Amino acid sequence: VTEEPRSGLHRVLLDRRFAVTAELETTDSADPASVHRLADALRGHVDAVNCTDNSAAHPHLAPLAAARLLLDRGVEPILQLACRDRNRLALQADILGAAALGVRNIVCMTGDDVTAGDHPEAKPIYDLDALHLLRIARIMRDAGTYVSGRPLEQPPSVLIGAVENPFAPPHDYRPMRLGKKIEAGAEFIQTQICFNVERLRVFMARAGDLGLLERVWVLGGVFIPRSARAVRYLRDQVPGIDVPEEVLRRMEGVPPDRQAAEGVAIALELVEQVRSIPGIAGIHLMSIKNREAILRVIDEAGLHRGTERIEPVRAG
Amino acid sequence: LAKRRLDRRPPATAPEPHGLRKAILLLERKTKEEIWDCRMCGQCILHSTGMSCPMRCPKNLRNGPCGGVLVDGNCEVLPDRPCVWVQAWEGSRKLPLWRDHMLHLNRPVDWRLQETSSWENLVTRRDAHAPAGWSAFEDRA
Repeated sequence: VTEEPRSGLHRVLLDRRFAVTAELETTDSADPASVHRLADALRGHVDAVNCTDNSAAHPHLAPLAAARLLLDRGVEPILQLACRDRNRLALQADILGAAALGVRNIVCMTGDDVTAGDHPEAKPIYDLDALHLLRIARIMRDAGTYVSGRPLEQPPSVLIGAVENPFAPPHDYRPMRLGKKIEAGAEFIQTQICFNVERLRVFMARAGDLGLLERVWVLGGVFIPRSARAVRYLRDQVPGIDVPEEVLRRMEGVPPDRQAAEGVAIALELVEQVRSIPGIAGIHLMSIKNREAILRVIDEAGLHRGTERIEPVRAG
Repeated sequence: LAKRRLDRRPPATAPEPHGLRKAILLLERKTKEEIWDCRMCGQCILHSTGMSCPMRCPKNLRNGPCGGVLVDGNCEVLPDRPCVWVQAWEGSRKLPLWRDHMLHLNRPVDWRLQETSSWENLVTRRDAHAPAGWSAFEDRA
């Protein structure tokens, strides 16, 4: 059965080409140009771009708006949906609205807790967990109803993704949880930032044993550090990231003006290693305010796609 | 067929507990809070989660740990406490039964059942209700 691709990313994955996605820098501006500029820089270099949902529990420009602004400039968005800020009514409304605006990829996640952000006194929602949201997205798309059973006039045709963190305990359970996410509805996975390649290798091998890799595309997450400080921030401030001492030592071992170059070198090594793991279908690149480095890594790792602008996307 | 219809009966808001029902509620709360730090969600899945109450998770996760579990296995939100789901995984490996329940997809929480007796809800099947779209999809699979 040949599957009709739901999105450009889906087409790349179906064609078994190596997928490259990147995270959009967060913006805190009401000016659409703030996102258009980022879109122009990334266009043609990646298959799709993640619009983060108040990442690290800090409010930013709404991901749904960012996704539409990317589409304006011919860049394919991946809309992140976190369960932290919205209940099941709002999340379903956003899935439908996103599809109506031309979004064709979503990623469902639990979301960092509000205590990790700059509004720690806020009420966290967590009406659903990520697996509930995956299943509900699947119900909306494939059964054409809300979770309540009320029919949709036109179901949202989106590729449904999830995240997974192979680097956090309980490590033995993580591959099974991946299986649960697939059962719930996930079709592709973007992993948490990988520094510990051996851990990812074991995770992938175990997922292969469980027969999961024929059912899901896994994109390995790679972070490009700009400074030793950024590495320390990840280790100390972002929960769930396994940062080996060696990475920090390498960054601290070079003078500050050469740390950005060292960060790119580290990321390039990681891309090569992650890429060689059997079953890895692509790379998801992340950085903190460091988009030149993303482009450099894509270029030097030979991930450059040279793809042209996507078809202008109509709303609907 | 009769059973199915019963299973899918939507949960009426439970009437205010009096008499025997109140006694059961108090007994359940007292014992389960004491032993498992139970949060009285009214739709108990303790046996599926290695006897670690998932409602103690600050994110109320019902299907496994989030990605924020600290390297030492503690909770990202309450860093001085072990992750409820690390405990669930370890606990589930020690149970003689229900070990495979850690692989099951648990339904979204029915928040109307908060502070009601899960024992009563089990007997009345009030806890077996799922939204129509959810159960229709499960039936299809």
